[in-house]
Amino acid sequence: MSSLTIDPRRYVGRFALSSASHVGRVSYLVLEMLRGLREWKIWAPRALGLANDIGYGSLFIVMLTAAFAGAVTSVQTGYQFTATIPVYFAAGVIVESIILELGPVLTALILAGRIGARYAAELGTMRVTEQIDALESLGRSSVSHLIIPRVVAGTLLVPVLVVFASVVGVGSGWFAAKSSLDISYADFVFGARYFFRPWDAWYAMIKSFFFGLAITLVPCYMGFTAKQGAEGVGKATTSAVVAASVLILFLDALLAKLLLE
Amino acid sequence: MIELTGVSKSFGDQLVLDEVDFDVRVGETVALLGSSGVGKSVLLKHINGLLQPDSGEVVVDGMNVRHLPRKELAELRSRIGYVFQNGALFDSENVYENIKLGITDETCAADENYCHDRVTQCLKLVNLAADTASKYPAELSGGMRKRVGIARAIAGQPRYLLYDEPTSGLDPVNADIIDSLVGKLQEELGVTSIMVTHDVRGAFKVADRLALLHEGRIIAMGTPNDFMTSKEEAVRQFLERDFDMTRSWFELESGDSGENGH
Repeated sequence: MSSLTIDPRRYVGRFALSSASHVGRVSYLVLEMLRGLREWKIWAPRALGLANDIGYGSLFIVMLTAAFAGAVTSVQTGYQFTATIPVYFAAGVIVESIILELGPVLTALILAGRIGARYAAELGTMRVTEQIDALESLGRSSVSHLIIPRVVAGTLLVPVLVVFASVVGVGSGWFAAKSSLDISYADFVFGARYFFRPWDAWYAMIKSFFFGLAITLVPCYMGFTAKQGAEGVGKATTSAVVAASVLILFLDALLAKLLLE
Repeated sequence: MIELTGVSKSFGDQLVLDEVDFDVRVGETVALLGSSGVGKSVLLKHINGLLQPDSGEVVVDGMNVRHLPRKELAELRSRIGYVFQNGALFDSENVYENIKLGITDETCAADENYCHDRVTQCLKLVNLAADTASKYPAELSGGMRKRVGIARAIAGQPRYLLYDEPTSGLDPVNADIIDSLVGKLQEELGVTSIMVTHDVRGAFKVADRLALLHEGRIIAMGTPNDFMTSKEEAVRQFLERDFDMTRSWFELESGDSGENGH
């Protein structure tokens, strides 16, 4: 029976060791990336190609998600609002919700699945089929060739996609608000302007930048360290999406605390 | 010259290399034999620093691979061509781009005319048609992928060539083609080669010396003749499976009566 007893200290210890090991290795990878930034002739063209590829590929799903999020926010705001509050307040709530939270977070979570899974699977496959070893055996830096282009492309692209998401989200929010709140265009624009501060846009961009780092760096690391064939690639891909999503939520809370209070 | 002294390597609890001593002289071809999973590829990956030993030294051209700074290690790797077991071709690039990546000299790699000529030349050396250049790895047969892997390894004009199981998974005809290719490259390019294999016949055909890795150690190292006459039990057991075929070939090549082999 003693072998079946769960000792929580052992699990906590293992978790702590494993986390420390991941943090150490990610830090080392980041250092390698900073060193590799000098080799811009290698990573810049690749980053451009990837950004183009990922940007166009993600635009539809990002805009679709934002459109639904904006519309649902309007409907729910209409459901909760009472006649005692001026209707332009609702416009302020809808627009601010989309710009500050829904646009960046939903876009990042969608991209964690789309880009994160792709990066982890690509690099994981390259690792288990020795393509990464092959690159290094040719005296080339796998970080400059494979990691930096992906991280740069993703990190620069996420804020751009968040802008698209926010514009579409606000647009669909306005259309939905017309029926759910019976609000005029003038009232909607007034409410949106009344509550909007330029810092809100900056905050959304700063958030998106960090989300972009999380979406790209974590999956690249997971794929880069994948082991044991197809099963290892599968595990790396799943872990990458889960870890990137959790990190996005953690960063969301942290940045709100640091930048909005 | 390549020299490994007292190299040990473990993965978790499993000791793969146990104080291995191994050396390869300039210009020779050495075949590293051993059963599957014995650590031959692990040993090979220590030579170009893809793996670092837990203890011991790996010295190539007088440089200790273990302590080489990043830039020097990259420079050393550019002098060592590595042929991976399954080709390890970059599957998102076509054959031309794959071989071009093997051109390690930056000035040459930036010259598109040089790259085109070099890729064509390398394809010819490995007996592949020039139109293979536009194909993707997924469109190639196993034997062709191995040959493209060899072409990529020689594109940078290396001094050393490391072959990791170049004939594994190939039919006898394709295996013979690859064995002949290894011999041809040795003659034409004058490179120093190490071939990891469990194909005894192929090893006897191309190697100047053979080494047998068994239970983490090199238990025998010598010429094909030394191996044929070895009284070492592990060597006899390893050669037994292919013994008759290998002996016939060896006798034919050396003009030996075969008496030494018994």
